[in-house]
Amino acid sequence: MIADRSDLGDLYQEVILEHSKAPRNFRKPATANQEAEGYNPLCGDRCTVYLDVENGAIKDIGFQGSGCAISRASASMMTQMVKGKTKAEAAKLFDQFHTLVTGKAEAAKADDLGKMAVFAGVSKFPARVKCATLAWHTLQSALEEKHEPVSTE
Amino acid sequence: MSTAVHRTGLGSAALDVDRIRRDFPILDQMIHGKKLVYLDNAATSQKPRAVIDAIVRYYQHDNANIHRGVHTLSMRATEAHDEARETVRRFIQASDASEIVFVRGATEAINLVAETYGRANVGPGDEVLITAMEHHSNIVPWQMLCDEKGAHLRVAPINDAGELDLDAFERLLSPRTRIVAVPHVSNALGTVNPVRKIVQLAHAHDVPVLVDGAQAVPHLPVDVQALGCDFYAFSGHKVYGPTGIGVLYGKEEVLAEMPPYQGGGDMIRSVTFEKTTYNVLPYKFEAGTPDIAGAIGLGAALDYVSKLGIDRVAAHGQDLLAYATEKVGAIDGVRLIGTASHRAGVLSFVVDNIHPHDLGTILDRDGIAIRTGHHCAQPVMERFGVPATARASFAVYNTKEEIDALVEGIRAAREVFA
Repeated sequence: MIADRSDLGDLYQEVILEHSKAPRNFRKPATANQEAEGYNPLCGDRCTVYLDVENGAIKDIGFQGSGCAISRASASMMTQMVKGKTKAEAAKLFDQFHTLVTGKAEAAKADDLGKMAVFAGVSKFPARVKCATLAWHTLQSALEEKHEPVSTE
Repeated sequence: MSTAVHRTGLGSAALDVDRIRRDFPILDQMIHGKKLVYLDNAATSQKPRAVIDAIVRYYQHDNANIHRGVHTLSMRATEAHDEARETVRRFIQASDASEIVFVRGATEAINLVAETYGRANVGPGDEVLITAMEHHSNIVPWQMLCDEKGAHLRVAPINDAGELDLDAFERLLSPRTRIVAVPHVSNALGTVNPVRKIVQLAHAHDVPVLVDGAQAVPHLPVDVQALGCDFYAFSGHKVYGPTGIGVLYGKEEVLAEMPPYQGGGDMIRSVTFEKTTYNVLPYKFEAGTPDIAGAIGLGAALDYVSKLGIDRVAAHGQDLLAYATEKVGAIDGVRLIGTASHRAGVLSFVVDNIHPHDLGTILDRDGIAIRTGHHCAQPVMERFGVPATARASFAVYNTKEEIDALVEGIRAAREVFA
């Protein structure tokens, strides 16, 4: 039925579908001391990222919100990925992730992202890059303690 | 015509859709290896060759500025522009072409009324009454006006089917209401509003009514005199015309009392540094060189619809909508958003466990174009407790086979997310 099943399969990888159905850290940690809201005005996706930051490191992280499979899975896997990382390390990961989903990453660099490399398929769907990066933009905003909600537009 | 008659079962009045499809060159293409199925007509419709040709012909043979030349091309361009205005007048049954103001689209038409009529007539403590099913373009201009004037925006509620609560609407009409603005057809729900009744209620309180007809003009015969509305706004590109051109209809006596919109050339009768006198209707509202080619293209689009017959176009749309409602509504896990008894043009829905955006991406790989998101109607989404919907919307060239393809695509998406 679906013509380009391979592209679609690249986008909706099993691990992405699994995370979207059962997102990890989908909660507000009781110890959260920083948070930010993210919003994609085009599709209506919303995401709030909560952080427990101690001595410049992310001790705990959670997120809540509503969105498509790509944005939920991305947020879920991001929380796993950055827990325990310093602000600088998280910023570097975002940078690498952004390069990956916009199709500019070389395979070697994608390796640093570990499981997040499954998002490489997003690069074939330019309209969906914002879905994949919403949580990351929100994380960045929470780390920088910006009080304006972040928007993908 | 006989094949189309058999397929749609509408008798001799049915459209010959196979032939119509050949009028739209863009439809003949493959997307990701599949035949394009274009079901995003409420966002913008495709253009028939007659419209494309009219624009090309204008630029190749007649292009000149209007109203300001005695040379032949200028006279031809002026005449073609005037003819387009007359075509619009006829199409919406206005009494005089001076009541037809060309604008960029429905959005600009509404802004024009808010900025001229609104600023002149709405003051501190006054009220503007809209409905809970508006497109953002019929909310934000009024909100801006209310903010500027210290006035209040009142919103008439809708029920769970997406129908206007007329009793509540009537109760919200107060001695402070200065204008009512309603959609003829809701872009997010498909609801057709009882505009005539709304106008009667508002006029009983001496309140003028603006109708946002952007989604109605492609699907219903519109007679502004029968509706009795004071303003009627629509966009050309949703009714097979080009983008960048639209119409504000206003009753002559209402337009005549309004201050001008933008200042510039063409909207004046005479200018000195001390005083400017404004031009007659409709030119008072059309400063600067207008979108001449756009108006001519719009005229060609409305002529195209008139040749097909707006009643047959409306019947075809109803036929497709009824079929889509039945077939899409029967899919497990699908919830229709907007189930008013009188609908036109659009079918909005959500599918369990599939975000509309994911559905849109999956359908696109089948060559099927639908709109996913909030449809510039966030308050409607909030009313129905959904962040977004998927929306299939129909045009004269759509077929039941295309709706079948949509249904299959939704089923395939359910498999991906099973």
